[in-house]
Amino acid sequence: MGQRVGVVGAGMTKFVRRANETGKELAWQAAKAALDDAGMTLDDIDCVAMGTAPDAFDGVHMKSEYLADGSGAWGKPYYRTYVGGGTGVFVTIQGWWQVASGQFDTCLVVAEEKMSSVQPHPQGAFITIFDNMIERELGPNLLWIFALEMNRYMQVHGLDKRDIAAVSVKNKRNAADHPAALLGQADITVEDVLNSETLAWPVQRLDVSPVTDGAVAVVLAAEHVAKRTTDKPVWVEGVGWHLDTAYWTNRDLYYPRYVEYAARQAYEMAGIREPRKEIHIAEPYDPFDYKELHHLEGLQLFEKGKAPEAMKDGVLNRDGDLPSCPSGGLLGVGNPIAAAGLMKIAELYWQLGGQAGARQVPGDPKKGVAQAWGDLMQVGTVVVMGR
Amino acid sequence: MTSRKPRAVPDAPPRVILGPESLSDAQFRTAVGAIDHQVDARYAWDTGVAISRFLQGLKAGEIWARYCRQCRRTLVPPRMFCEECFRPNDRWVRVADTGTVNTFSICYIRWDMVKLDDPELPFVLTLDGIDNMAGFMHKLGEVAPDDVHIGMQVEAVWKPEAERTGSILDIEHFRPRDAKLRKAKAGAKRKPAAKTRKAG
Repeated sequence: MGQRVGVVGAGMTKFVRRANETGKELAWQAAKAALDDAGMTLDDIDCVAMGTAPDAFDGVHMKSEYLADGSGAWGKPYYRTYVGGGTGVFVTIQGWWQVASGQFDTCLVVAEEKMSSVQPHPQGAFITIFDNMIERELGPNLLWIFALEMNRYMQVHGLDKRDIAAVSVKNKRNAADHPAALLGQADITVEDVLNSETLAWPVQRLDVSPVTDGAVAVVLAAEHVAKRTTDKPVWVEGVGWHLDTAYWTNRDLYYPRYVEYAARQAYEMAGIREPRKEIHIAEPYDPFDYKELHHLEGLQLFEKGKAPEAMKDGVLNRDGDLPSCPSGGLLGVGNPIAAAGLMKIAELYWQLGGQAGARQVPGDPKKGVAQAWGDLMQVGTVVVMGR
Repeated sequence: MTSRKPRAVPDAPPRVILGPESLSDAQFRTAVGAIDHQVDARYAWDTGVAISRFLQGLKAGEIWARYCRQCRRTLVPPRMFCEECFRPNDRWVRVADTGTVNTFSICYIRWDMVKLDDPELPFVLTLDGIDNMAGFMHKLGEVAPDDVHIGMQVEAVWKPEAERTGSILDIEHFRPRDAKLRKAKAGAKRKPAAKTRKAG
């Protein structure tokens, strides 16, 4: 398989509810920090991959073009990828293609999201996700599909809301050790989550990640460049992606089949046969607390319906047997859609390189998996990293 | 909610953060030069071959599906080609307007996050009499939110014929088939307790 590809630098902005900076200013702050971290300048970059979610958030048509200068893309091969919430991990895969193919030796991967511009609420832009002939007239909001999926997941497995709420607590506590986090909170409790406002039962306020502005960037490099640049490259060892049908009312939402297929593709490429034993850190996509558990099952790290038990037993804690979202995830660090997925790649780079400081997972972790999810509950994107 | 204590910045990556500057909503609303703009984007959609026939059916008070003989699947929402065997599917079949609640929510907010006094009850309908999973999203009515459960049998409540326009809203809502679960008027003021609620 072509050239081996490593992550050699990562940078991110602080995640905030509303940034004074424009999208391109955010993209620059992340891209510059990633280049500095890699000890590179823009001259060292062969191509740029951009991940950013709907133009409708910004009211700017073809916003990747708008974001190009902030992303360091002027005068370079540049393209954008967009698969809803799955974008942040998928853009890493897009960058990997460029370098693995041998076409380029370095790729700056940038993901940006500024959700605060759309008025009165980003929900207005999300409505266009729904089918325009037979769903939109019902007046849906995005919380509906999560609530419907969460309820189905809970019902099929007979799950207790308390075990799911514990995920939100874990992530917000983990995020207290993240300097860029929006919602880090060391003293939050399960009661706080269970007593928060009911939005769309079973979804309550603290089950959901916040609307966020922010950007993240990583630098990918071919092996011969990576070894020259750093003594701590973290390799992209497997990639996978998969799409399920948009007829979402025709499939059982209790299990994310598309995540399983994406994960199997990535594990096969990485030579992983027993993910539960071989993966040391997971960064599954957690826009809602139940989603983290749902995705851990799709990632073949727990059997169907068994991830909540692992949560209860402390397995998913930062010092547990399989730490999940040691970054603090979307629930704690924040959820600027595309940037949130790439934040997970950055976290694996820091964790597997032993650079995570206060957030460091103990035990010298060597392999991790990051996953994102998007569109109408149908896209799974997965990257396995290791050293 | 417990109070937040100010914390020292932890020694952890990212160790260099170049921004951004966080704005409160008030700061944003009063900022010099902040630009407000409304995009005037309007659309008029053709409903295509399959969905236009489906909508005609709704106007007549009927639910119609496409059938794929090769995959033995009955397709609702209907489509003219089968996405699995990728061939044109075979014929229209009328299906029942009854089914079961596959999953549901009790939603207290509108799309723009404005609170609703009477919660909406969106649900996924799985239609009766079809071997594969087939159905669509709609809303429940004439039932107390706390009485709704997954697996509940429901039936369509159609608008009067004169008021139907060929729209998913020609079905006013679905209601429990069990008359004991029916309420005279849709929507209840009572919020479910924020504690664990086992569905079903």
